Parts: sequence; C-alpha cells; structure tokens
Amino acid sequence: MKLTRTLLAAAAALGLAGAAAAADKIKVGFIYVGPVGDFGWSYQHDQGRQAIEAALGDKVETTYLESVPEGPDAERALRQMARAGHDLIFATSFGFMNPTLKVAKQFPNVKFEHATGYKRAHNVSTYSARFYEGRHVIGLIAGRMTKTNTIGYIASFPIPEVVRGINAAYLAAKSVNPDVKFKIVWVNTWFDPGKEADAANALIEQGADVIMQHTDSPAPMTVAEEKGIFAFGQASDMKRFGPNAQLTAIIDNWAPYYVRRAKAVLDGTWESADTWDGIASGMVAFAPFSERIPPEVRAEAQAAIEAIAAGKLHPFTGPIRRQDGSVWLKEGEVADDATLAGMNFYVEGIEGELPK
Amino acid sequence: MDLSVLNPAAIGAALIVAATPLLFAALGELVVEKSGVLNLGVEGMMIVGAIAGFAAAVETGSPLLGVVASAAAGATLSAVFAFFALILMANQVATGLALTMFGLGLAAMLGQPYSGMPAPEFPALSLPVLSDLPFFGRLLFSHDPLVYLSLALTAGTWLWLGRSRAGLILRAVGENHHAAHAIGYRVTAIRFAAVLFGGACAGLGGGYLALVQTPLWVEGMTAGRGWIALAIVVFASWRPWRALLGAYVFGGVTIVQLNLQALGVSIQSQYLSMTPYLATILVLVLISGERRRAAEAPACLGKPFRAEG
Repeated sequence: MKLTRTLLAAAAALGLAGAAAAADKIKVGFIYVGPVGDFGWSYQHDQGRQAIEAALGDKVETTYLESVPEGPDAERALRQMARAGHDLIFATSFGFMNPTLKVAKQFPNVKFEHATGYKRAHNVSTYSARFYEGRHVIGLIAGRMTKTNTIGYIASFPIPEVVRGINAAYLAAKSVNPDVKFKIVWVNTWFDPGKEADAANALIEQGADVIMQHTDSPAPMTVAEEKGIFAFGQASDMKRFGPNAQLTAIIDNWAPYYVRRAKAVLDGTWESADTWDGIASGMVAFAPFSERIPPEVRAEAQAAIEAIAAGKLHPFTGPIRRQDGSVWLKEGEVADDATLAGMNFYVEGIEGELPK
Repeated sequence: MDLSVLNPAAIGAALIVAATPLLFAALGELVVEKSGVLNLGVEGMMIVGAIAGFAAAVETGSPLLGVVASAAAGATLSAVFAFFALILMANQVATGLALTMFGLGLAAMLGQPYSGMPAPEFPALSLPVLSDLPFFGRLLFSHDPLVYLSLALTAGTWLWLGRSRAGLILRAVGENHHAAHAIGYRVTAIRFAAVLFGGACAGLGGGYLALVQTPLWVEGMTAGRGWIALAIVVFASWRPWRALLGAYVFGGVTIVQLNLQALGVSIQSQYLSMTPYLATILVLVLISGERRRAAEAPACLGKPFRAEG
C-alpha cells in the first residue's frame, strides 16, 4: 500500500494526477455542515459514508468532520483532511464551494466532490439530486389528500432549489386537484425547530391540512402529528416523529453515488464530472407510503415515480406559464436544466410574491 | 386578502407560547445581572435544560418531573459557571461563552438516544368556566401551567427585587460590591445563588421549548434563543415587567409575521423576519430617551469581586 501511495505521489509529481492508477486501499473523508444527528441533510450524507464502508469493506477507510461552519473553517478542515492522506473528500454543503476549489488546487492528487455547487476543476466534481422529481410525486399525493384544498408549505430561503420544489409540488397538486391552494411561509432559516413549529401552527390555523417543508428539522412533522393532519418528511424518513401524520418522505439517497465514486477512485477511473441524478438512479427515493393513502392514489403516485424513472415524464412539461402570465414552456416543451438550475419565479396560480 | 381568516385568539395564544421560553430565560438572566454577574451561557443552559427535561419526561412519563429536571440541569450547569467566574474569578465573558459551547456539545451527546422520541403530552389547564369563554378562553385560560408560572415568576421577581429586603441586598451587591462587602454581606455567596436561579430559569425555558412548544428533541434546537433572551434583558433595562413586554413583543412579531405570510400578504419575507429585531431596536431607542439613569446597567456588572480586608 505504501508503494502505491509512493507511486501515486510520483505520478502526481509528474503532473499525471488525473491519470488512471488503481489502488489497493483508499481513504475517504467527509465534511458535514450540521451534526450527524440532525435527522435530515447531514444524517443522510453520513448514511452514504456508512454505505461505502459496507460495500468496500477493508479496501476503504472513512472519516468525517461534523458541524463544520461554511467559511474559513471549512478551508482549514479540508486542508487538514487532504494532508492526512485522504484520497477522496466529499464536501457536502453549498457553502463549501470556494474553500474546496482552493484546497483542491493545493492538493492536485486528492479528489474532491462538492455537493450542490457549480464550480469544477480537474480534481473537483460536483453532484446534486433532482429533488423536484420527488416534489412532483408528493405534490400529487398532497393534491389528492387535502380536504380543505389548502396545502401549507414551509420554505427556507428563496434560492432556486427551494423555488423549484414549490413549483414542482404545486403543478402536480393542481393537475389532480384544480381547486388546490398553496400557502407558503418563508422562515428564513434551515434549522430552527421552534420557528418551524410556529410556522406549521400558523398554516394549520389558516386551514392547511397537509404540510410540506423545505427546512431541516422534524418539528413541523411533530406538529402535524399533534394536530392530526398530514405531512411529508424532508431529506430523511421522519416517520418516528409522525407515525400517523407522515404520508411519505423524500429521501436523499447519496449511498449509491458515494459507493460508485469511491469505487472509481479504487479502480483508477475517477474523472471530474457534474452529476444531477434523480429518481432513475435512486438518488431521490421515498419512504414507504402511508396506509392512510387510498390505494388508487398510491397507484397514481407509484405510476408517476415509474414514469419519471423511465424518462417518460418530466415534472416541468408545458404548457406552463409564469406567475405573471407570460409563457414559460409551450405545449409539450420540457424545461432545460439551465433554467431549472437558476429558477427564480413562481409558476402561474401560486399566490403571493416570491421574496428576492 | 381576507383578514377574517385570522383568528386573533389563536394568534395570541401562539404568541404566548412562543414568548414563554424567552421570558423564563430573560427573567433568570435579569436577576443574575442585577447581582452584578454577566453570564453569557444562557444558550448553553437552555439547551441542557431542554434535553434534561425531555429525557426525564420520556423516562418517567411525567412532564412535571421533566420540568423539574430541566430547572435542575440548568442550575447545575450554571454552578460550573459560578465556580469558575466567582470562586476562581475567571473572566465572566469568556466563561459564559465557553458555557454555551459546552452546553451545546453536552446536550448533543446526552440527547442522542432521545432523537425522534415522542414526548409525553403536557396537559393544558382546563378551568370549568373560564376556559370555555368565547375569546379569552382560548387566549388566556387554556394554556399549560408553565405559562402561568412564567407570569407568576415575573410578578414575583418584580416584587422580590423591588420590595423585599433580600432583593435590596442583591441589588446592592450588583451596584457596589465593595460597599456591600464592607457592611457584612457575603457578595460571592449571594451572586452564586443568583447565578443558580438564572440557570434554573434558563433550563426551564429550554424545557418549555422541548416539552411544549415544539415538542421534540433535536440537536441545537434552541437556535439562538439564549442570545435573544440576553438582548431582552438589556431591552428591559433590567426590569421584570419590561422583560415580559420584550419577550411578548419578540414572540408576537414572529407569530404575526408567520400568520401574515400564510395569509398571503405580499411583503418581502425578509422584512417580516427582521421585524422582531427592528421592533426591539425601536423600543430600545424609545426607552433610552427617558429617565436615563434608571435605564443604566448595574454598576458592577461583569466585574470580578475579590474580598479584601
């Protein structure tokens, strides 16, 4: 193993960093923005890390650093990891983007993977998931399950990722229930259980009987359970927080991707790439559907999952107008990734103004 | 937009719930600061109170024991602060900050087995006639007992600080510890007791968050409320009733803005989110003009005391 490391170093010295070189054993590091125990975003990334260990056994050694703040601290953490002899490092938050690029430049023979970012280099890949495909499916279910025709949506920050989710869920709900209304509350935080619970209460008070969230804590699920209404888990299966309330959850399933990338480093086939996977590859998955969803609705949602996986259905297929009434997609037209990646408008029918 | 959808009683009730953790923590810190000690560890004591209360309630099935445990845990953690800051005379600011970090880490560790567990339900008060009143029933008379405890504590603190001999001694220690020492009061012991009271209150605030407001346990769930409580003490210019006002203004603006958003009021949500802070600043500016002397901080706030002679 030492020999391989030496050879690798030599290869790097010769400027052949990207060149293929198989290894016997690799070291994989992870940097998380939150605690492993958040039962959401960072928790799911750590599940992916454990999957690497399970799949590759003694060919791999993994380490992680949790609760690393975005900013200068991230650079220090990344550099420390690179120096400690890691071959592959996953930086799992948007705010780690620039530190990752900077450290990657200084360690050309270490491979980096940055989640949800858009800057790449010869040894930096980016990856993200098409969560809007999942939002389409839960939107369908929400549209069918609501009795008050009011769906409450707890949103974090007005960034494209979140706006895309709202639009996808709304269009799907509207397609099965023309009377459906979305009430959207922006809480301007990713994680504040108290405020998320307050937002859920406000929405329920105003008639919402299905809650969706794009924040990280299970507090809205707890409130939904208490109030006897429905909700969807976020990032992770939140059934234990709402055994009766949870209809299903969108699960961020990074495991297959992480295993694939770690294997590629082992085999010497790793290349810098941009990955945006969805239901088809299993990156976006679902918690088991609740028994409280009627069979025909379950079948409908399952059919949508299969159609999206097969590439026959795109959640953003025209005709779709923007909120201001202008045409976004013509009949049959499908949204391109560039527009989706920068989505900054509501679709027609959503009430309220999108915060800038 | 249809304003009639808004139910003022429900909003008012939610406001009270959102304000109560802040009120507990602010009242505790107010007494601590009146005694001349600045404990910046409120956030840490709150979160330890939250997990201790949650864990005790889950293990025993009794929310009441949970409440007792959160107060006890907050007080225990504050004793650590008191030992370093009062006995060893470490820098109070640094010790308080360390306490916050320690508390957050300790709570995360202790809390691991409790993530995702359901908390035993906290029974709301149900009064025969009052709770059924049309408007005020929901607004005022159907809360959990802790809300009434927080109000009683406000009145009690006000009476005790302003009207009792013991309260006068505490204030004397906070205003001039050398003089208080010279006439025979045990400055360090009095301050130690004040810090313990502050810790118990912060713990109660955290316990309320985990047992009633949310109710669940997640790492880092206090999300900065300890710091807001510290700000409320300054906002209140060290007066209990103003602390109540501060907590309710802060909780109220948060709740009202969430309800307005759900109603579809087209104001940028960032403005709505900053309104609690803007309101705090505004009130600070307004009250700083009047009776300037009374609004001043205790003279010995944050100064270490060493008995001489």
